[in-house]
Amino acid sequence: MIEIGHLSLRFGEREILKDINLRIRPGEIFTLIGPSGSGKTTLIRLIDLLESPTAGTIFFDGQDTATSEAGRLAFRRRMGMVFQKPAVLNTTVAGNVAFGLKFRGVTGTEQEERVNKALRLVGLAEFGPRRALTLSGGEMQRVALARAMVTEPEVLLLDEPTANLDPVSAELIEDLILKINREFKTTIIMSTHDMIQGQRLADRIGVIMDGKLVQTGTSTDIFYQPMGQKIARFVGIEAITGGIVVENTSGHALIRVKDTCIEALTGIGAGKRVALYIRPEEVTLTPTDSLPPKSSVRNQIPGWIKRMVPSGPFIRVTVDCTIPITALITRRSCTELGFSPGSLVTAGVKATAIHVLPDEGENPVNKFIC
Amino acid sequence: MIIGINLFSRIRLLRTFPEWTRLNDITEGISQAIHLIVTLNPEVMQIAALSLYISLSATILAAVIAIPVGGFIHFHEFRGKRVLIVLIQTLYSVPTVVVGLVVYLMISRSGPFGFLGLLFTPEGMILGQTVLIIPIMMGLVISALGGVDKSISDTLIALGATGSQKIFEIVKEARYAILSAVVLGFGRAIAEVGVAMMIGGNIRGHTRVLTTAITLETGMGKFGFSIALGIILLAVALIVVVTLNLITSGLDRDAQQLAGGPRG
Repeated sequence: MIEIGHLSLRFGEREILKDINLRIRPGEIFTLIGPSGSGKTTLIRLIDLLESPTAGTIFFDGQDTATSEAGRLAFRRRMGMVFQKPAVLNTTVAGNVAFGLKFRGVTGTEQEERVNKALRLVGLAEFGPRRALTLSGGEMQRVALARAMVTEPEVLLLDEPTANLDPVSAELIEDLILKINREFKTTIIMSTHDMIQGQRLADRIGVIMDGKLVQTGTSTDIFYQPMGQKIARFVGIEAITGGIVVENTSGHALIRVKDTCIEALTGIGAGKRVALYIRPEEVTLTPTDSLPPKSSVRNQIPGWIKRMVPSGPFIRVTVDCTIPITALITRRSCTELGFSPGSLVTAGVKATAIHVLPDEGENPVNKFIC
Repeated sequence: MIIGINLFSRIRLLRTFPEWTRLNDITEGISQAIHLIVTLNPEVMQIAALSLYISLSATILAAVIAIPVGGFIHFHEFRGKRVLIVLIQTLYSVPTVVVGLVVYLMISRSGPFGFLGLLFTPEGMILGQTVLIIPIMMGLVISALGGVDKSISDTLIALGATGSQKIFEIVKEARYAILSAVVLGFGRAIAEVGVAMMIGGNIRGHTRVLTTAITLETGMGKFGFSIALGIILLAVALIVVVTLNLITSGLDRDAQQLAGGPRG
């Protein structure tokens, strides 16, 4: 649907986007995730042809968008856009929704019918005559969504559509996004800094960091196999660095980190420096004094609890096993097992749950024996 | 001799009780003013009507020029834009007599536009007041348009607006602030005396307006007439403001509040 090639944007000395290559498939929900200020909004604005790139191309449905202003307007009219902070004009809700139709010369009863249909879609059927400026943030964002959808765009662009909303309103918007994608087969490109939202909605995810598209893939790819420490940290994994592959028997590797030996699956050969990525949800903790039941978990690493940070219904427990391992445990099990800082525990991690990447800076190292 | 003593004692009286004397003048003036207004004194009415005609014409003319030009300046990027805006803002405070002088030189018999014969005519005064209020109106139109958030402009473009559709909607969005700019221009026009005096010449029955009449009558000690004209001047301003309120009160209450209009 949209093909982006070698896209760059500079503002003076500042490079906002660097060599972006991306292909958006028709009918998919593609989510751009990345920290604030990484260039997500700029990329979305470039796709909507609100800005012009310094270099590179954007093809819409096979056609180059680098054309006359009239040509760009024609492409833009096949897309809909919802901004992070919805801007409503000082008129009624229906008046706001009607703008896109008005600009395209749709008037009279057809305009009225389509506006009503769009308002029904977002669940604001009764709101037509109300002043748009009196709406709540969530309602305004739904009006913005109706306003974008009223022209039945082929591509819907959403820039952090739930960033300023309460959880209930955010969920409503998320449901609407899924509904629009299913019912109208609209291709949706959205940005978010909420990686959970990205995971929930997206068919595919692209990670943008410092203006570069650093990884594209399904949510499983991104969340379990992040390509690098920065991405890992963004998706909630602290990398364990300084590992060395001691031996590797047909993909089954033994990795030594400090004084600990860890089994993991990787193709990286012996002697190489690696970093390990373990999702906190994949780590089990058992008190050291109660012997763990026999299990298929290959790595049983003893240590003591260094830090416990509440995170919603969970507690992030950092265990010092000479290397730091983080586990995500429910509050209930924490209480039941009597965990507190200083408790001696055994961290269990399956060999398959460890993602191994070459460590930055591959220095030749001495061979260690486990 | 008697007259001399009389004059002398009167001056002494004024020195001893100046407040009392002026207070008397004022109360007498007010009662005279009420009389002149209630009886619809033809001269007073003629002066008021001419004032309204000249200042309203100047306001309309200035608006017709200032709104599109202000819009052009706001919506286009060009070299020296900031300098131009600063210049326009500086002209907000240009003395009316300076505008009077410049326009006088332009339209006097030997000036470049002398052939139009505008000096000492109401039309010449309209021209002068138009020149006087264009900067303030244009400057305020530019700030009014600048006050419309950039996100509105982005939203309109994203919704598929052409260049002119976008400008139209943004001007519409800034309508209340633009209306204020026009009203302020009218206020400056009807209240000024420099241009009216220099270009109009304060000719009785021809170019005499409220402000120049007040100047003249006060100078001649006819306070009653002056006060009557002053009251009428304020009444005209009141009528304009009330009319504006009536226009905006066509909207419902919350719209007025959000537009910065009157409440209730």
